[in-house]
Amino acid sequence: TQEIFTKSVGKSSLVHLLCQNQVLGNPSWTVGCSVDVRVHDYKEGTPEEKTYYIELWDVGGSVGSASSVKSTRAVFYNSVNGIILVHDLTNKKSSQNLYRWSLEALNRDLVPTGVLVTNGDYDREQFADNQIPLLVIGTKLDQIHETKRHEVLTRTAFLAEDFNAEEINLDCTNPRYLAAGSSNAVKLSRFFDKVIEKRYFLRDGNQIPGFPDRKRFGGGSLKSLHYD
Amino acid sequence: MSFLVDSSIMITSQILFFGFGWLFFMRQLFKDYESRYFHWKMNLCVILLILVFMVPFYIGYFIVSNIRLLHKQRLLFSCLLWLTFMYFFWKLGDPFPILSPKHGILSIEQLISRVGVIGVTLMALLSGFGAVNCPYTYMSYFLRNVTDTDILALERRLLQTMDMIISKKKRMAMTRRTMFQKGEVHNKPSGFWGMIKSVTTSAPGSENLTLIQQEVDALEELSRQLFLETADLYATKERIEYSKTFKGKYFNFLGYFFSIYCVWKIFMATINIVFDRVGKTDPVTRGIEITVNYLGIQFDVKFWSQHISFILVGIIIVTSIRGLLITLTKFFYAISSSKSSNVIVLLLAQIMGMYFVSSVLLIRMSMPLEYRTIVTEVLGELQFNFYHRWFDVIFLVSALSSILFLYLAHKQAPEKHMAP
Repeated sequence: TQEIFTKSVGKSSLVHLLCQNQVLGNPSWTVGCSVDVRVHDYKEGTPEEKTYYIELWDVGGSVGSASSVKSTRAVFYNSVNGIILVHDLTNKKSSQNLYRWSLEALNRDLVPTGVLVTNGDYDREQFADNQIPLLVIGTKLDQIHETKRHEVLTRTAFLAEDFNAEEINLDCTNPRYLAAGSSNAVKLSRFFDKVIEKRYFLRDGNQIPGFPDRKRFGGGSLKSLHYD
Repeated sequence: MSFLVDSSIMITSQILFFGFGWLFFMRQLFKDYESRYFHWKMNLCVILLILVFMVPFYIGYFIVSNIRLLHKQRLLFSCLLWLTFMYFFWKLGDPFPILSPKHGILSIEQLISRVGVIGVTLMALLSGFGAVNCPYTYMSYFLRNVTDTDILALERRLLQTMDMIISKKKRMAMTRRTMFQKGEVHNKPSGFWGMIKSVTTSAPGSENLTLIQQEVDALEELSRQLFLETADLYATKERIEYSKTFKGKYFNFLGYFFSIYCVWKIFMATINIVFDRVGKTDPVTRGIEITVNYLGIQFDVKFWSQHISFILVGIIIVTSIRGLLITLTKFFYAISSSKSSNVIVLLLAQIMGMYFVSSVLLIRMSMPLEYRTIVTEVLGELQFNFYHRWFDVIFLVSALSSILFLYLAHKQAPEKHMAP
């Protein structure tokens, strides 16, 4: 169907796919923040395998929101262990806005609305020093025509490099992109492992003693931010 | 960089557009009275055509496209919808004494009168609300007192709700996993028959899930409410800080003037209705006459009144349309979603069109006498007095109900935040 006005990137569909392995049937506008939980096997396939809960916080709204909305959003950025930046592959502006989103989440500094932050204006070193694992996900891959794919994917590869992050490009309405064993699934698994390590291991320097019982649960919270 | 390029392109193109338009209109088009009259009539016809035929049909088409069941016979159903609209539109004219009976069925006057009624109602509703809302927004007297502790308390509640949602979702995720490992795959019911099937046969695990899901839905709704309230408190806090600055004080001062103006308008509307009076001269000419008589200043009344009244009319039109667009845009963002966006845009277009036609009707009151006859000539013989009376009535009703509404909202809000 033809749309005159769409404002969404597909975060809610993505979160639903990641947590419930199913396609979201009726996506609707996200007000505020919604949470979902994913059960993740840390270090799957090795003897140290443990199961953890990962909370995915889907923070809605746009980069140019009123500052009252931004202040309210800031309460969700506490105790972030990982950030997923989601952008729309068919919309170049959404990937440019990722810089502002990441600044908003990392600095918890409210960026004033105004001139766009373009490639030249952000600080690369800030991302090199950054301890929080980042992942860049591009959605709506199916809507990119075959001929333009190469150009779009090159651009997103540069984007992910700027953030010092891995990238995944997919279509949230098709679970085969994250099928077990695919390279995307491996990247996702590695990312969640890094998040869990940051939360439980790196801070102490030594491992938290684990139980041989598989049912030990912990939680890491992971914000998934993105742009419209 | 691209921002500068964009804005310079916009500015130059606008200058060119308006420059050429002015040249064209002044030199070519309006050389004589006949051509002006013709173009005025033609524009009116085209607008009416669009408003009554094209836009409602398009709206009906988009609404029907959204309903999945009727997808195959879209055109048929949208035609049916349009016919229903036309029927109600025609019926609209019956209870109102708007036409003299000597006009045919498909004349322009019929259409304009009906569009005019709808548009005038809309204008009066919006002006009534605007007249009350404007001083309420500008004046800081009405600002509720918000402290940082209020905001912190609300944020804590929000995070607590999110934690509850998370713990419930953890249980659901674990249940789903164990069910999957045991081989009972929980499929979402799809389609009509799937829903019927899921009512009769359901595993005990999935019953548990649906129960928790319901609790989660309620909690998520609560979290959304809390989020919106918190954003509201932050906005109020900013407004309080803003009102302490110079700009804020200036707007506060304006607010006092506006409230006086609004009270005066409400008063005049009441008087018009009670005493059944219709103004004969427009306010600007009256004002100038009073000035001339009172102060004894020598003034060429005709010349100045004409120019000043047109400038004022222009300002009124621009600010009222601007106010309307701003309000509608806010409303639009609040309720937009990917499905209904097309319908909303078209509704906006419809409203704007009707607003324009009825503002032409109402503006007649503010124009000097000789120009009124021209408007009367172009629009046909409508009962203008009826429209003015109708405007006053609706304006009064709207203003009073918005006062009531705002009063209730104002009273209710502080209690919500005090609750533990």
